[in-house]
Amino acid sequence: MSGKAKLHYFNGRGRIFFLRWLLAAAGVEFEECFLETKDDLVKLQKDGSLLFQQVPMVEIDGMKMVQTRAISNYIATKYNLYGKDLKERALIDMYVEAVIDLNELLMTHTFQPADKKEQHFATIVDKATNRYFPVYEKVLKDHGQDFLVGNRFSRADVQLLETLLMAEECKPDILANFPHLQSFKARISNIPTIKKFLQPGSQRKPPLQEKDVPKLMKIFH
Amino acid sequence: MAGKPKLHYTKGRGKMESIRWLLAAAGVEFEEEFIETKEDLEKLRNDGFLLFQQVPMVEIDGMKMVQTRAILSYIAAKYNLYGKDLKERAWIDMYVEGTTDLMGMIMYLPFQPADTKEKNLALIIERATTRYFPVYEKALKDHGHDYLVGNKLSWADIHLLEAILMAEECKPDILSAFPLLQAFKGRTSNIPTIKKFLQPGSQRKPPADEKFVAVVRKIFNI
Repeated sequence: MSGKAKLHYFNGRGRIFFLRWLLAAAGVEFEECFLETKDDLVKLQKDGSLLFQQVPMVEIDGMKMVQTRAISNYIATKYNLYGKDLKERALIDMYVEAVIDLNELLMTHTFQPADKKEQHFATIVDKATNRYFPVYEKVLKDHGQDFLVGNRFSRADVQLLETLLMAEECKPDILANFPHLQSFKARISNIPTIKKFLQPGSQRKPPLQEKDVPKLMKIFH
Repeated sequence: MAGKPKLHYTKGRGKMESIRWLLAAAGVEFEEEFIETKEDLEKLRNDGFLLFQQVPMVEIDGMKMVQTRAILSYIAAKYNLYGKDLKERAWIDMYVEGTTDLMGMIMYLPFQPADTKEKNLALIIERATTRYFPVYEKALKDHGHDYLVGNKLSWADIHLLEAILMAEECKPDILSAFPLLQAFKGRTSNIPTIKKFLQPGSQRKPPADEKFVAVVRKIFNI
């Protein structure tokens, strides 16, 4: 009875984007069940499918998992994308948590009121280029390996790549001063499962457009 | 060279408190170096001790760990508080994320503008009693065990106790509709390491008062 994993979310990136990436990078096929209206959300809440009444929810291995971090931890461990021991896990966690922080900034950009957008954009660029990217650039430079941790592909690489691409959507030349991140981006993008996910027609979702924000607010508010 | 873990943070709860709880519950002695001024934080940054220029930072096992969840996961795994297999881990993670969300709301309350405090407090109470506590009450009811996952003390139990006590500071009778959580609270508070942490003079920190909020705002520029 363990069919494909099934994701319940709206048809956009939101909090589930790195889950889709992780599943795709691990070569795991998954189905998606999109919430289009508030009623769709209420139905899931009413039938007891959502532990804390929230999405994302992923049906996987007989569980209805919720909480993005719990789900991604499970997938990463199951598909060997979480390092070989406790110390590698610790490094991966540190790198991933920071990437999540930056992603949060990127993700909330579309929701900023018009008068706050410019300042928010400046904050994104500042944090990305002064706080976060220099760390990963240095990590790659210092060990000279292809992957962030343990000389082996892990969720940290997937999640960093995804963030680099999202940051470039915000500002196309944002990686100008980070040669190691540029080659990292090219290298990881060429991994077959990831290359496939980056192609049109995959389950990767486009950035949220302003015109779609009202629909989203209707479902979740 | 494995000395005691050393925690770098302010003298308040904030994001470090869950780490203090977990270490204490695991029976691990730890030291603390307090950030009291903006200059203390700048020094840590300039010395290159903070990977992403942020605290919490915990010196442990030769690492300078940052990112609260990374630190908590490491400690939980190291001290066998993270379940026995992948599925137990998954449940612990789900439960911990829920209590993290609830405690996050409570943590920010002292920093909210005065005119929104009442509304935010009401929301916390509503979420606690209708979204979060029912889940843990049901979990305990369904399996009838003393602990949330795997019939064994885990990070999820310690985190839940912390959340319960914080919620009770918001509203003392907040557990009135949750008999199993009340029993859980009594039971878990009596675990020797936790009992010790709950006593005066321990490294547990008090809730933030207005004076402390002002200090924190200065240090972090918020």
